[in-house]
Amino acid sequence: MSEMSKIVRTITAVTFPFAMIYGLYVIAHGHLTPGGGFQGGAIVASACAMIMVAFGSKWTLDKIKEKRLSVLESVGAVAFIGLAFLGLIFGGVFFSNFIAGDDIASPLFDNAALGMSDINTAGVLPLMNFAVGLKVIVGLFAIVLVMAYATSSYKEVKK
Amino acid sequence: MIYNIPYIAVVCLILVGLYALIFKRNLIKMIIGVTLIESGVNLFLITLGYRKGSIAPIYTNSPGGIMALPVPQALTLTSIVIGVAVLALMLSLVIHIYRHYGTLDVKKVGRLKE
Amino acid sequence: MERRNLAGAVFLSIIAVIFLFSALLMHPFGILDESEMDDYIIKNTQSETGADNGVTSVVFDYRGFDTLGEATVLFTAVAGVIMIFRRQKK
Repeated sequence: MSEMSKIVRTITAVTFPFAMIYGLYVIAHGHLTPGGGFQGGAIVASACAMIMVAFGSKWTLDKIKEKRLSVLESVGAVAFIGLAFLGLIFGGVFFSNFIAGDDIASPLFDNAALGMSDINTAGVLPLMNFAVGLKVIVGLFAIVLVMAYATSSYKEVKK
Repeated sequence: MIYNIPYIAVVCLILVGLYALIFKRNLIKMIIGVTLIESGVNLFLITLGYRKGSIAPIYTNSPGGIMALPVPQALTLTSIVIGVAVLALMLSLVIHIYRHYGTLDVKKVGRLKE
Repeated sequence: MERRNLAGAVFLSIIAVIFLFSALLMHPFGILDESEMDDYIIKNTQSETGADNGVTSVVFDYRGFDTLGEATVLFTAVAGVIMIFRRQKK
């Protein structure tokens, strides 16, 4: 699809950082407030789709190659499974919370929460939130981008 | 009977989705029917976990009291993501069908085209 | 009307009667019989996982295997969509 007028492009470029900061806030505070990896990932993917609608799918695909998107999504999936296997090595069972259960002492993410607590809690949960959030952002954005680019150069269909 | 309104809303959503899936000829309208059935099932999963006068199961700044069940909410989260994945695959197949046949009528699609 | 529309109407009316009948016979909205597993989860979330959010601790800690299956479904859907629209370099 082609790009839109100059006013729309300017306003989209101004609004995009606010939407992305809000989505990353929802992902990062997943263990304290309602939200988490999947919800925040959907918010950031909607902001990226807004960029694609305003600037045209051909320009966006020239800036972001398709290979980088698939590499990023694989990084997110491997990080999630890697954290599960680290729970098997350090804790004894698959998916065990090996930071919050006093098994290894780490200086990060090992407090226990008691209402009105800070981010430094809940063990392996924030790391899993980041991995799943990255996977959902890149996956949904890649679906929308590929579908919009494939139907843009569509002249005449044979009957 | 007035206290069962969420279950009657679920039944209405599923019936409208089934009507769009059976009686319409356009492929996009049938996909909208499938999405409506999915929304009805997600609503049913959430209304199974509510206790009378309860609050959300979150401890940050909570005023105290009985809490709603957290397990049906987790299952609904998974179901919504699976619905998005199925919708993406259905739409890309419809785009491919339109490029090959030139029409979206479900009666004309499905023959071997030379 | 044609035969397919008639069969569809009969099927839809039978399904509507069955669903409405079972929706009126459900337990009243808000009154649960037993909830032993969820009471255990609500009581022990803060001490066992250290998180304040009950739903996140269920999704990632008590039932993390379902989240692994869901991540696999999302990955498969993205791979399928990108594979359908692949361009062949001539």
